[in-house]
Amino acid sequence: MNIASILIMGGIAFLLAAILVILDRYLASYGDCDITINDSKTLTVTGGQSLLSYLMDNKIFIPSACGGRATCGFCKVNIPEGAGPLLPTESPFLTRSEVARNTRLACQVKVKSDLSVIIPEKYLSIQEFKTIVESIKDLNYDTKEIFLRLDEPEYISFMPGQYIQLKLPDSDEYRAYSIASPPDSNNFIELIVRLVPGGCCSGYIHRDLKTGHKVSFTGPYGELALRENSDKDIICVGGGCGMAPFRSIIRHLFDTGTKRDVKYFYGARSVRDLYFVDEFRKLEREKENFSFIIALSEPDKDSQWEGEIGFIHQILDKHLQDNNNAEAYLCGPPVMIDMTMQVLLSKGIAEEDIMFDKIQ
Amino acid sequence: MNLFTILFASLFTSNIALSYFLGMCPFIALSRDIRTAWGMGCAVTFVMAVTAAINWPVYHFLLVPFHIEYMQYLSFILVIAVSVQIVEIIVERFFPVLYVNMGVFLPLITVNCAILGISLFMILRDYSFIEGVFYSIGGGVGWTMAIIAMAGLRSKLTFSNIPEPLKGPGITMIIAGIMSLAFMGFAGIAGL
Repeated sequence: MNIASILIMGGIAFLLAAILVILDRYLASYGDCDITINDSKTLTVTGGQSLLSYLMDNKIFIPSACGGRATCGFCKVNIPEGAGPLLPTESPFLTRSEVARNTRLACQVKVKSDLSVIIPEKYLSIQEFKTIVESIKDLNYDTKEIFLRLDEPEYISFMPGQYIQLKLPDSDEYRAYSIASPPDSNNFIELIVRLVPGGCCSGYIHRDLKTGHKVSFTGPYGELALRENSDKDIICVGGGCGMAPFRSIIRHLFDTGTKRDVKYFYGARSVRDLYFVDEFRKLEREKENFSFIIALSEPDKDSQWEGEIGFIHQILDKHLQDNNNAEAYLCGPPVMIDMTMQVLLSKGIAEEDIMFDKIQ
Repeated sequence: MNLFTILFASLFTSNIALSYFLGMCPFIALSRDIRTAWGMGCAVTFVMAVTAAINWPVYHFLLVPFHIEYMQYLSFILVIAVSVQIVEIIVERFFPVLYVNMGVFLPLITVNCAILGISLFMILRDYSFIEGVFYSIGGGVGWTMAIIAMAGLRSKLTFSNIPEPLKGPGITMIIAGIMSLAFMGFAGIAGL
Protein backbone atom coordinates (compact mmCIF):
# COMPACT_ATOMS: atom_id res chain seq x y z
CA MET A 1 0.00 0.00 0.00
CA ASN A 2 1.42 3.37 -0.96
CA ILE A 3 1.18 6.79 0.65
CA ALA A 4 -1.37 7.97 -1.95
CA SER A 5 -3.89 5.33 -0.99
CA ILE A 6 -3.58 6.22 2.69
CA LEU A 7 -3.98 9.92 1.98
CA ILE A 8 -6.91 9.48 -0.35
CA MET A 9 -8.80 7.09 1.87
CA GLY A 10 -8.07 9.31 4.88
CA GLY A 11 -9.29 12.34 2.93
CA ILE A 12 -12.53 10.63 1.89
CA ALA A 13 -13.16 9.51 5.48
CA PHE A 14 -12.43 12.98 6.83
CA LEU A 15 -14.72 14.71 4.34
CA LEU A 16 -17.59 12.32 5.03
CA ALA A 17 -17.15 12.68 8.80
CA ALA A 18 -17.23 16.46 8.46
CA ILE A 19 -20.53 16.30 6.53
CA LEU A 20 -22.03 14.11 9.25
CA VAL A 21 -20.88 16.39 12.05
CA ILE A 22 -22.46 19.41 10.35
CA LEU A 23 -25.75 17.57 9.73
CA ASP A 24 -25.82 16.25 13.26
CA ARG A 25 -25.34 19.77 14.57
CA TYR A 26 -28.16 21.30 12.54
CA LEU A 27 -30.67 18.49 11.92
CA ALA A 28 -30.36 16.03 14.80
CA SER A 29 -30.47 18.61 17.58
CA TYR A 30 -33.79 20.08 18.56
CA GLY A 31 -32.63 22.93 20.76
CA ASP A 32 -34.44 23.92 23.95
CA CYS A 33 -38.01 22.64 24.27
CA ASP A 34 -40.59 23.58 26.89
CA ILE A 35 -42.65 20.80 28.50
CA THR A 36 -45.75 22.25 30.17
CA ILE A 37 -47.17 19.94 32.84
CA ASN A 38 -50.88 20.24 33.72
CA ASP A 39 -50.84 23.87 32.50
CA SER A 40 -49.00 24.89 35.64
CA LYS A 41 -45.35 23.83 35.65
CA THR A 42 -42.89 24.22 32.77
CA LEU A 43 -39.67 22.28 32.26
CA THR A 44 -37.10 23.50 29.77
CA VAL A 45 -35.09 20.63 28.30
CA THR A 46 -32.70 20.02 25.41
CA GLY A 47 -34.87 18.01 22.99
CA GLY A 48 -34.19 14.63 21.43
CA GLN A 49 -34.93 12.19 24.26
CA SER A 50 -38.18 10.52 25.31
CA LEU A 51 -40.73 12.40 27.39
CA LEU A 52 -40.51 9.69 30.06
CA SER A 53 -36.79 10.23 30.57
CA TYR A 54 -37.21 14.01 30.97
CA LEU A 55 -40.00 13.49 33.51
CA MET A 56 -37.86 10.99 35.44
CA ASP A 57 -34.93 13.42 35.42
CA ASN A 58 -37.24 16.02 36.95
CA LYS A 59 -38.48 13.66 39.69
CA ILE A 60 -41.90 13.10 38.13
CA PHE A 61 -42.31 9.35 38.25
CA ILE A 62 -44.79 7.77 35.87
CA PRO A 63 -45.30 4.00 36.11
CA SER A 64 -43.22 2.19 33.52
CA ALA A 65 -42.67 -1.44 34.43
CA CYS A 66 -40.80 -2.29 31.23
CA GLY A 67 -38.27 0.51 31.43
CA GLY A 68 -39.27 2.34 28.23
CA ARG A 69 -39.45 -0.50 25.70
CA ALA A 70 -43.15 -0.13 24.87
CA THR A 71 -44.00 -3.58 26.22
CA CYS A 72 -45.99 -2.75 29.40
CA GLY A 73 -48.13 0.20 28.25
CA PHE A 74 -48.24 1.74 31.75
CA CYS A 75 -46.77 5.17 31.01
CA LYS A 76 -49.95 6.63 29.50
CA VAL A 77 -50.27 10.41 29.62
CA ASN A 78 -52.42 12.86 27.69
CA ILE A 79 -50.49 15.10 25.34
CA PRO A 80 -52.90 17.66 23.84
CA GLU A 81 -50.23 19.25 21.64
CA GLY A 82 -46.71 18.75 20.40
CA ALA A 83 -46.44 14.96 20.46
CA GLY A 84 -46.29 14.33 16.70
CA PRO A 85 -48.09 11.46 14.98
CA LEU A 86 -49.12 8.27 16.80
CA LEU A 87 -46.41 5.64 16.41
CA PRO A 88 -47.03 1.99 15.52
CA THR A 89 -45.23 0.99 18.73
CA GLU A 90 -47.91 2.75 20.79
CA SER A 91 -51.13 1.80 19.03
CA PRO A 92 -51.42 -1.77 20.45
CA PHE A 93 -51.74 -0.28 23.96
CA LEU A 94 -54.28 2.44 23.22
CA THR A 95 -58.04 2.14 22.79
CA ARG A 96 -59.86 4.24 20.20
CA SER A 97 -61.19 6.63 22.82
CA GLU A 98 -57.70 7.03 24.27
CA VAL A 99 -56.34 7.87 20.82
CA ALA A 100 -59.15 10.42 20.44
CA ARG A 101 -58.17 11.98 23.80
CA ASN A 102 -54.52 12.26 22.64
CA THR A 103 -53.33 9.65 25.11
CA ARG A 104 -49.78 8.55 24.33
CA LEU A 105 -47.03 6.42 25.83
CA ALA A 106 -44.52 8.74 27.48
CA CYS A 107 -41.66 6.36 26.70
CA GLN A 108 -42.29 6.53 22.93
CA VAL A 109 -42.95 10.24 22.49
CA LYS A 110 -39.73 12.06 21.66
CA VAL A 111 -39.58 15.68 22.69
CA LYS A 112 -38.80 17.56 19.47
CA SER A 113 -40.71 20.78 20.06
CA ASP A 114 -42.63 22.52 22.83
CA LEU A 115 -45.33 20.24 24.19
CA SER A 116 -47.94 20.22 26.91
CA VAL A 117 -48.76 17.11 28.90
CA ILE A 118 -51.54 16.21 31.36
CA ILE A 119 -50.27 13.91 34.11
CA PRO A 120 -52.82 12.39 36.53
CA GLU A 121 -52.59 14.02 39.97
CA LYS A 122 -51.89 10.67 41.68
CA TYR A 123 -48.58 10.31 39.81
CA LEU A 124 -47.34 13.68 41.03
CA SER A 125 -47.24 12.42 44.63
CA ILE A 126 -44.94 9.52 43.69
CA GLN A 127 -41.54 9.95 45.28
CA GLU A 128 -38.05 8.58 44.99
CA PHE A 129 -36.81 6.65 48.05
CA LYS A 130 -33.23 5.84 48.98
CA THR A 131 -32.89 2.60 50.92
CA ILE A 132 -30.34 0.26 52.49
CA VAL A 133 -30.56 -3.51 52.07
CA GLU A 134 -31.27 -4.85 55.56
CA SER A 135 -31.25 -8.55 54.70
CA ILE A 136 -31.75 -11.02 51.89
CA LYS A 137 -33.38 -14.41 52.41
CA ASP A 138 -33.73 -17.39 50.05
CA LEU A 139 -37.39 -18.42 49.77
CA ASN A 140 -36.80 -21.27 47.33
CA TYR A 141 -34.37 -22.21 44.57
CA ASP A 142 -35.10 -19.18 42.41
CA THR A 143 -36.83 -16.63 44.67
CA LYS A 144 -35.39 -14.26 47.25
CA GLU A 145 -37.01 -11.99 49.80
CA ILE A 146 -35.33 -8.59 50.11
CA PHE A 147 -35.78 -6.29 53.13
CA LEU A 148 -35.12 -2.64 52.34
CA ARG A 149 -34.85 -0.09 55.18
CA LEU A 150 -35.90 3.39 54.08
CA ASP A 151 -33.18 5.95 54.49
CA GLU A 152 -34.39 9.08 52.75
CA PRO A 153 -37.30 9.82 53.16
CA GLU A 154 -37.65 7.53 56.16
CA TYR A 155 -41.32 6.68 55.76
CA ILE A 156 -43.54 5.52 52.94
CA SER A 157 -47.30 5.52 52.81
CA PHE A 158 -48.93 3.04 50.44
CA MET A 159 -52.01 0.88 50.06
CA PRO A 160 -51.56 -2.88 50.41
CA GLY A 161 -51.26 -4.39 46.93
CA GLN A 162 -49.32 -1.56 45.32
CA TYR A 163 -45.89 -1.86 43.75
CA ILE A 164 -42.64 0.08 43.49
CA GLN A 165 -40.07 0.39 40.72
CA LEU A 166 -36.58 -0.55 41.75
CA LYS A 167 -33.80 1.35 39.99
CA LEU A 168 -30.89 -0.61 38.63
CA PRO A 169 -27.65 0.89 39.90
CA ASP A 170 -25.56 2.76 37.30
CA SER A 171 -28.36 2.74 34.75
CA ASP A 172 -31.66 4.44 34.03
CA GLU A 173 -33.62 1.21 33.97
CA TYR A 174 -36.41 0.41 36.42
CA ARG A 175 -38.17 -2.86 37.19
CA ALA A 176 -41.51 -3.20 38.97
CA TYR A 177 -41.89 -5.30 42.15
CA SER A 178 -44.94 -5.56 44.42
CA ILE A 179 -44.53 -4.66 48.06
CA ALA A 180 -44.87 -7.79 50.21
CA SER A 181 -44.97 -6.09 53.61
CA PRO A 182 -48.03 -4.47 55.21
CA PRO A 183 -48.27 -0.66 55.18
CA ASP A 184 -48.04 -0.18 58.96
CA SER A 185 -44.38 -1.20 58.92
CA ASN A 186 -43.74 1.98 57.03
CA ASN A 187 -40.01 2.45 57.43
CA PHE A 188 -39.09 -0.70 55.59
CA ILE A 189 -40.49 -2.72 52.72
CA GLU A 190 -40.12 -6.30 51.63
CA LEU A 191 -39.86 -7.40 48.02
CA ILE A 192 -40.07 -10.87 46.52
CA VAL A 193 -37.75 -11.26 43.56
CA ARG A 194 -37.81 -14.31 41.33
CA LEU A 195 -34.81 -14.94 39.10
CA VAL A 196 -35.93 -14.39 35.51
CA PRO A 197 -33.59 -16.20 33.07
CA GLY A 198 -31.66 -13.45 31.27
CA GLY A 199 -33.39 -10.72 33.32
CA CYS A 200 -30.98 -7.91 34.08
CA CYS A 201 -32.61 -6.64 37.29
CA SER A 202 -33.49 -9.96 38.92
CA GLY A 203 -30.08 -11.24 37.84
CA TYR A 204 -28.41 -8.31 39.54
CA ILE A 205 -30.44 -8.78 42.73
CA HIS A 206 -29.73 -12.51 42.90
CA ARG A 207 -26.05 -12.27 42.01
CA ASP A 208 -24.66 -8.96 43.21
CA LEU A 209 -26.97 -7.38 45.78
CA LYS A 210 -25.66 -7.79 49.33
CA THR A 211 -26.69 -6.65 52.80
CA GLY A 212 -25.68 -3.02 53.37
CA HIS A 213 -25.88 -2.01 49.69
CA LYS A 214 -27.77 1.15 48.83
CA VAL A 215 -30.58 1.01 46.26
CA SER A 216 -33.29 3.43 45.32
CA PHE A 217 -36.85 3.00 44.11
CA THR A 218 -39.82 5.10 43.07
CA GLY A 219 -43.40 4.53 44.09
CA PRO A 220 -45.94 3.59 45.19
CA TYR A 221 -47.80 2.73 41.99
CA GLY A 222 -50.69 0.54 40.97
CA GLU A 223 -54.40 0.07 40.64
CA LEU A 224 -54.30 -3.19 42.59
CA ALA A 225 -54.90 -1.74 46.06
CA LEU A 226 -57.05 -3.04 48.90
CA ARG A 227 -60.44 -1.32 49.30
CA GLU A 228 -60.44 -0.83 53.03
CA ASN A 229 -63.89 0.75 53.32
CA SER A 230 -65.70 -2.16 51.73
CA ASP A 231 -67.20 -5.04 53.74
CA LYS A 232 -67.42 -7.54 50.87
CA ASP A 233 -65.69 -10.91 51.07
CA ILE A 234 -62.28 -11.06 49.49
CA ILE A 235 -60.93 -13.48 46.89
CA CYS A 236 -57.21 -13.24 46.14
CA VAL A 237 -55.78 -15.15 43.19
CA GLY A 238 -52.02 -15.25 42.68
CA GLY A 239 -49.85 -17.19 40.28
CA GLY A 240 -46.08 -17.72 40.23
CA CYS A 241 -44.38 -14.63 41.62
CA GLY A 242 -47.77 -12.98 42.13
CA MET A 243 -47.51 -13.76 45.85
CA ALA A 244 -46.13 -10.45 47.09
CA PRO A 245 -49.17 -8.12 46.94
CA PHE A 246 -51.39 -10.68 48.68
CA ARG A 247 -48.94 -11.12 51.53
CA SER A 248 -49.21 -7.37 52.07
CA ILE A 249 -53.02 -7.37 51.73
CA ILE A 250 -53.65 -10.43 53.94
CA ARG A 251 -51.19 -9.44 56.66
CA HIS A 252 -52.72 -5.97 56.77
CA LEU A 253 -56.29 -7.34 56.90
CA PHE A 254 -55.62 -9.65 59.85
CA ASP A 255 -53.31 -7.20 61.64
CA THR A 256 -56.29 -4.82 61.68
CA GLY A 257 -58.66 -7.61 62.85
CA THR A 258 -60.85 -7.87 59.77
CA LYS A 259 -64.16 -9.74 59.95
CA ARG A 260 -64.35 -10.13 56.15
CA ASP A 261 -64.06 -13.62 54.73
CA VAL A 262 -60.74 -13.97 52.87
CA LYS A 263 -59.90 -16.76 50.40
CA TYR A 264 -56.43 -16.90 48.91
CA PHE A 265 -55.92 -19.09 45.83
CA TYR A 266 -52.29 -19.59 44.86
CA GLY A 267 -51.13 -21.39 41.73
CA ALA A 268 -47.62 -22.73 41.21
CA ARG A 269 -45.97 -25.32 39.01
CA SER A 270 -44.62 -27.80 41.57
CA VAL A 271 -43.80 -28.19 45.27
CA ARG A 272 -40.33 -26.74 44.86
CA ASP A 273 -41.82 -23.47 43.59
CA LEU A 274 -43.81 -22.87 46.79
CA TYR A 275 -42.86 -20.48 49.59
CA PHE A 276 -44.55 -18.80 52.61
CA VAL A 277 -46.81 -21.87 52.84
CA ASP A 278 -46.16 -22.38 56.60
CA GLU A 279 -46.92 -18.73 57.30
CA PHE A 280 -50.31 -18.86 55.57
CA ARG A 281 -51.19 -22.31 56.97
CA LYS A 282 -50.54 -20.96 60.50
CA LEU A 283 -52.82 -17.99 59.78
CA GLU A 284 -55.43 -20.38 58.40
CA ARG A 285 -55.40 -22.36 61.70
CA GLU A 286 -55.68 -19.18 63.79
CA LYS A 287 -58.36 -17.36 61.81
CA GLU A 288 -61.71 -18.85 60.95
CA ASN A 289 -62.37 -16.39 58.17
CA PHE A 290 -59.20 -17.19 56.17
CA SER A 291 -58.61 -20.08 53.82
CA PHE A 292 -55.54 -20.79 51.72
CA ILE A 293 -55.87 -23.00 48.63
CA ILE A 294 -52.82 -24.06 46.64
CA ALA A 295 -53.05 -25.61 43.18
CA LEU A 296 -50.08 -27.18 41.44
CA SER A 297 -50.14 -27.50 37.68
CA GLU A 298 -47.28 -30.02 37.36
CA PRO A 299 -46.68 -31.67 40.78
CA ASP A 300 -43.63 -33.99 40.92
CA LYS A 301 -44.67 -37.64 41.13
CA ASP A 302 -42.44 -38.37 44.14
CA SER A 303 -43.50 -35.32 46.18
CA GLN A 304 -46.75 -37.00 47.34
CA TRP A 305 -48.73 -33.82 46.84
CA GLU A 306 -52.18 -34.17 48.35
CA GLY A 307 -53.59 -30.75 47.52
CA GLU A 308 -55.34 -29.51 44.40
CA ILE A 309 -53.91 -30.30 40.96
CA GLY A 310 -54.64 -28.13 37.94
CA PHE A 311 -54.47 -24.53 36.80
CA ILE A 312 -55.58 -21.99 39.36
CA HIS A 313 -58.61 -20.81 37.38
CA GLN A 314 -59.94 -24.39 37.21
CA ILE A 315 -59.56 -24.80 40.96
CA LEU A 316 -61.20 -21.40 41.51
CA ASP A 317 -64.13 -22.53 39.39
CA LYS A 318 -64.46 -25.63 41.58
CA HIS A 319 -64.35 -23.77 44.92
CA LEU A 320 -66.43 -20.66 44.27
CA GLN A 321 -70.20 -20.62 44.63
CA ASP A 322 -72.42 -19.04 42.01
CA ASN A 323 -73.93 -15.57 42.54
CA ASN A 324 -70.91 -14.51 44.48
CA ASN A 325 -70.80 -10.95 45.76
CA ALA A 326 -67.13 -10.79 46.64
CA GLU A 327 -64.29 -8.49 45.68
CA ALA A 328 -61.40 -10.07 43.76
CA TYR A 329 -57.74 -9.19 43.58
CA LEU A 330 -55.59 -10.88 40.92
CA CYS A 331 -51.86 -10.86 40.32
CA GLY A 332 -49.90 -13.05 37.93
CA PRO A 333 -49.04 -13.67 34.29
CA PRO A 334 -51.46 -12.12 31.71
CA VAL A 335 -52.88 -15.50 30.60
CA MET A 336 -53.70 -16.44 34.18
CA ILE A 337 -55.43 -13.10 34.78
CA ASP A 338 -57.51 -13.43 31.60
CA MET A 339 -58.64 -16.98 32.40
CA THR A 340 -59.37 -16.10 36.04
CA MET A 341 -61.40 -13.05 34.99
CA GLN A 342 -63.69 -15.28 32.90
CA VAL A 343 -64.28 -17.60 35.87
CA LEU A 344 -64.98 -14.72 38.27
CA LEU A 345 -67.41 -13.02 35.89
CA SER A 346 -69.24 -16.32 35.34
CA LYS A 347 -69.62 -16.64 39.12
CA GLY A 348 -71.44 -13.33 39.29
CA ILE A 349 -68.65 -11.05 40.51
CA ALA A 350 -69.02 -7.56 39.09
CA GLU A 351 -66.30 -6.35 36.73
CA GLU A 352 -65.69 -3.23 38.81
CA ASP A 353 -64.98 -5.45 41.84
CA ILE A 354 -62.08 -7.20 40.09
CA MET A 355 -58.70 -5.53 40.47
CA PHE A 356 -55.62 -6.98 38.81
CA ASP A 357 -51.94 -6.54 38.18
CA LYS A 358 -50.52 -8.32 35.15
CA ILE A 359 -46.90 -9.34 35.58
CA GLN A 360 -45.16 -9.03 32.21
CA MET B 1 -26.28 1.51 -25.04
CA ASN B 2 -28.61 4.45 -24.77
CA LEU B 3 -29.95 5.80 -21.48
CA PHE B 4 -33.43 4.45 -22.05
CA THR B 5 -32.15 0.93 -22.55
CA ILE B 6 -30.09 1.13 -19.36
CA LEU B 7 -33.07 2.43 -17.40
CA PHE B 8 -35.43 -0.20 -18.83
CA ALA B 9 -32.96 -2.99 -18.25
CA SER B 10 -32.33 -2.03 -14.62
CA LEU B 11 -36.07 -1.69 -14.02
CA PHE B 12 -37.24 -4.94 -15.60
CA THR B 13 -34.93 -7.34 -17.37
CA SER B 14 -32.09 -7.18 -14.86
CA ASN B 15 -34.09 -6.11 -11.84
CA ILE B 16 -31.66 -6.02 -8.92
CA ALA B 17 -34.07 -7.80 -6.55
CA LEU B 18 -35.66 -10.34 -8.85
CA SER B 19 -32.90 -11.29 -11.24
CA TYR B 20 -29.81 -10.85 -9.05
CA PHE B 21 -31.59 -11.55 -5.74
CA LEU B 22 -29.69 -8.76 -4.01
CA GLY B 23 -31.11 -6.91 -1.00
CA MET B 24 -33.21 -9.91 0.00
CA CYS B 25 -33.16 -9.27 3.76
CA PRO B 26 -35.27 -6.07 3.79
CA PHE B 27 -37.16 -7.37 0.72
CA ILE B 28 -38.52 -10.25 2.78
CA ALA B 29 -38.75 -8.50 6.16
CA LEU B 30 -40.36 -5.20 5.13
CA SER B 31 -42.81 -6.42 2.53
CA ARG B 32 -45.59 -7.04 5.03
CA ASP B 33 -47.20 -3.67 4.55
CA ILE B 34 -47.36 -1.50 1.42
CA ARG B 35 -46.70 1.82 3.17
CA THR B 36 -43.57 0.54 4.90
CA ALA B 37 -42.43 -1.08 1.66
CA TRP B 38 -42.90 2.23 -0.16
CA GLY B 39 -40.87 4.08 2.53
CA MET B 40 -38.09 1.53 2.39
CA GLY B 41 -38.12 1.63 -1.41
CA CYS B 42 -37.77 5.42 -1.41
CA ALA B 43 -34.91 5.27 1.10
CA VAL B 44 -33.10 2.58 -0.90
CA THR B 45 -33.61 4.45 -4.19
CA PHE B 46 -32.32 7.67 -2.66
CA VAL B 47 -29.26 6.00 -1.15
CA MET B 48 -28.58 4.09 -4.40
CA ALA B 49 -28.73 7.20 -6.57
CA VAL B 50 -26.70 9.36 -4.19
CA THR B 51 -24.02 6.74 -3.58
CA ALA B 52 -23.70 5.92 -7.29
CA ALA B 53 -23.36 9.64 -8.07
CA ILE B 54 -20.64 10.02 -5.42
CA ASN B 55 -18.93 6.70 -6.08
CA TRP B 56 -18.48 7.35 -9.81
CA PRO B 57 -16.25 10.46 -9.39
CA VAL B 58 -14.52 8.89 -6.37
CA TYR B 59 -13.57 5.92 -8.54
CA HIS B 60 -12.68 7.74 -11.75
CA PHE B 61 -11.02 10.86 -10.34
CA LEU B 62 -9.40 9.55 -7.16
CA LEU B 63 -8.90 5.81 -7.28
CA VAL B 64 -8.03 5.36 -11.01
CA PRO B 65 -5.39 8.18 -11.32
CA PHE B 66 -3.52 6.87 -8.27
CA HIS B 67 -3.92 3.23 -9.35
CA ILE B 68 -5.69 2.22 -6.16
CA GLU B 69 -8.81 0.71 -7.74
CA TYR B 70 -8.53 -2.11 -5.25
CA MET B 71 -9.73 0.32 -2.58
CA GLN B 72 -13.12 0.63 -4.29
CA TYR B 73 -14.90 -1.70 -1.85
CA LEU B 74 -13.72 0.26 1.17
CA SER B 75 -14.43 3.70 -0.25
CA PHE B 76 -17.84 2.66 -1.63
CA ILE B 77 -18.85 1.23 1.73
CA LEU B 78 -17.73 4.42 3.47
CA VAL B 79 -19.83 6.56 1.13
CA ILE B 80 -22.83 4.23 1.56
CA ALA B 81 -22.53 4.26 5.36
CA VAL B 82 -22.49 8.05 5.51
CA SER B 83 -25.37 8.40 3.03
CA VAL B 84 -27.48 6.03 5.12
CA GLN B 85 -26.64 8.01 8.23
CA ILE B 86 -27.83 11.17 6.50
CA VAL B 87 -31.06 9.50 5.39
CA GLU B 88 -31.58 8.26 8.95
CA ILE B 89 -31.17 11.74 10.42
CA ILE B 90 -33.63 13.17 7.88
CA VAL B 91 -36.24 10.41 8.30
CA GLU B 92 -36.08 10.58 12.10
CA ARG B 93 -36.54 14.31 12.05
CA PHE B 94 -39.32 14.62 9.49
CA PHE B 95 -41.04 11.20 9.24
CA PRO B 96 -41.20 9.74 12.79
CA VAL B 97 -43.84 7.09 11.94
CA LEU B 98 -41.80 5.81 9.00
CA TYR B 99 -38.72 5.84 11.25
CA VAL B 100 -40.38 3.55 13.81
CA ASN B 101 -41.82 1.31 11.09
CA MET B 102 -38.44 0.80 9.46
CA GLY B 103 -36.81 0.16 12.84
CA VAL B 104 -33.52 -1.62 12.53
CA PHE B 105 -33.78 -1.97 8.74
CA LEU B 106 -33.03 1.68 8.11
CA PRO B 107 -29.43 1.55 9.44
CA LEU B 108 -29.20 -1.90 7.84
CA ILE B 109 -29.48 -0.29 4.37
CA THR B 110 -25.74 0.23 4.95
CA VAL B 111 -25.17 -3.47 4.45
CA ASN B 112 -27.90 -3.89 1.83
CA CYS B 113 -25.95 -5.66 -0.90
CA ALA B 114 -28.20 -4.22 -3.62
CA ILE B 115 -26.70 -0.78 -3.00
CA LEU B 116 -23.07 -1.89 -3.10
CA GLY B 117 -24.04 -4.12 -6.02
CA ILE B 118 -25.33 -1.18 -8.10
CA SER B 119 -22.12 0.82 -7.55
CA LEU B 120 -19.92 -2.15 -8.38
CA PHE B 121 -21.91 -3.15 -11.50
CA MET B 122 -21.75 0.46 -12.67
CA ILE B 123 -17.93 0.37 -12.53
CA LEU B 124 -17.74 -3.15 -13.95
CA ARG B 125 -19.88 -2.25 -16.98
CA ASP B 126 -17.83 0.90 -17.53
CA TYR B 127 -20.84 3.27 -17.55
CA SER B 128 -20.35 7.01 -17.95
CA PHE B 129 -21.50 9.27 -15.11
CA ILE B 130 -24.92 9.93 -16.63
CA GLU B 131 -25.37 6.26 -17.50
CA GLY B 132 -24.37 5.35 -13.94
CA VAL B 133 -26.95 7.72 -12.45
CA PHE B 134 -29.70 6.38 -14.72
CA TYR B 135 -28.66 2.84 -13.91
CA SER B 136 -28.75 3.49 -10.16
CA ILE B 137 -32.13 5.27 -10.29
CA GLY B 138 -33.50 2.43 -12.41
CA GLY B 139 -32.08 -0.09 -9.96
CA GLY B 140 -33.65 1.70 -6.98
CA VAL B 141 -37.04 2.14 -8.64
CA GLY B 142 -36.90 -1.48 -9.80
CA TRP B 143 -36.19 -2.68 -6.27
CA THR B 144 -39.02 -0.46 -4.96
CA MET B 145 -41.38 -1.83 -7.58
CA ALA B 146 -40.49 -5.38 -6.62
CA ILE B 147 -40.96 -4.83 -2.87
CA ILE B 148 -44.27 -2.99 -3.36
CA ALA B 149 -45.54 -5.75 -5.67
CA MET B 150 -44.50 -8.24 -3.03
CA ALA B 151 -46.22 -6.26 -0.25
CA GLY B 152 -49.40 -6.11 -2.34
CA LEU B 153 -49.30 -9.86 -2.90
CA ARG B 154 -48.61 -10.52 0.76
CA SER B 155 -51.59 -8.40 1.83
CA LYS B 156 -53.75 -10.73 -0.31
CA LEU B 157 -52.12 -13.70 1.40
CA THR B 158 -53.75 -12.68 4.70
CA PHE B 159 -56.92 -14.32 3.41
CA SER B 160 -55.23 -17.36 1.91
CA ASN B 161 -54.94 -20.77 3.42
CA ILE B 162 -51.17 -21.23 3.56
CA PRO B 163 -49.68 -24.47 4.92
CA GLU B 164 -48.36 -23.85 8.45
CA PRO B 165 -44.61 -24.41 7.77
CA LEU B 166 -44.64 -22.03 4.80
CA LYS B 167 -46.18 -19.04 6.59
CA GLY B 168 -44.02 -15.88 6.64
CA PRO B 169 -40.64 -15.94 4.88
CA GLY B 170 -41.22 -19.39 3.31
CA ILE B 171 -44.13 -18.40 1.07
CA THR B 172 -42.44 -15.03 0.42
CA MET B 173 -39.39 -16.76 -1.04
CA ILE B 174 -41.61 -18.90 -3.27
CA ILE B 175 -43.49 -15.82 -4.49
CA ALA B 176 -40.18 -14.03 -5.12
CA GLY B 177 -39.13 -16.99 -7.26
CA ILE B 178 -42.34 -16.88 -9.32
CA MET B 179 -42.06 -13.10 -9.69
CA SER B 180 -38.50 -13.59 -10.87
CA LEU B 181 -39.71 -16.01 -13.56
CA ALA B 182 -42.29 -13.43 -14.66
CA PHE B 183 -39.63 -10.72 -14.87
CA MET B 184 -37.47 -13.02 -17.02
CA GLY B 185 -40.30 -12.80 -19.54
CA PHE B 186 -39.45 -9.12 -20.08
CA ALA B 187 -36.10 -10.13 -21.50
CA GLY B 188 -37.86 -12.09 -24.25
CA ILE B 189 -40.22 -9.23 -25.16
CA ALA B 190 -37.54 -6.56 -25.34
CA GLY B 191 -34.83 -8.76 -26.73
CA LEU B 192 -32.29 -7.22 -24.37
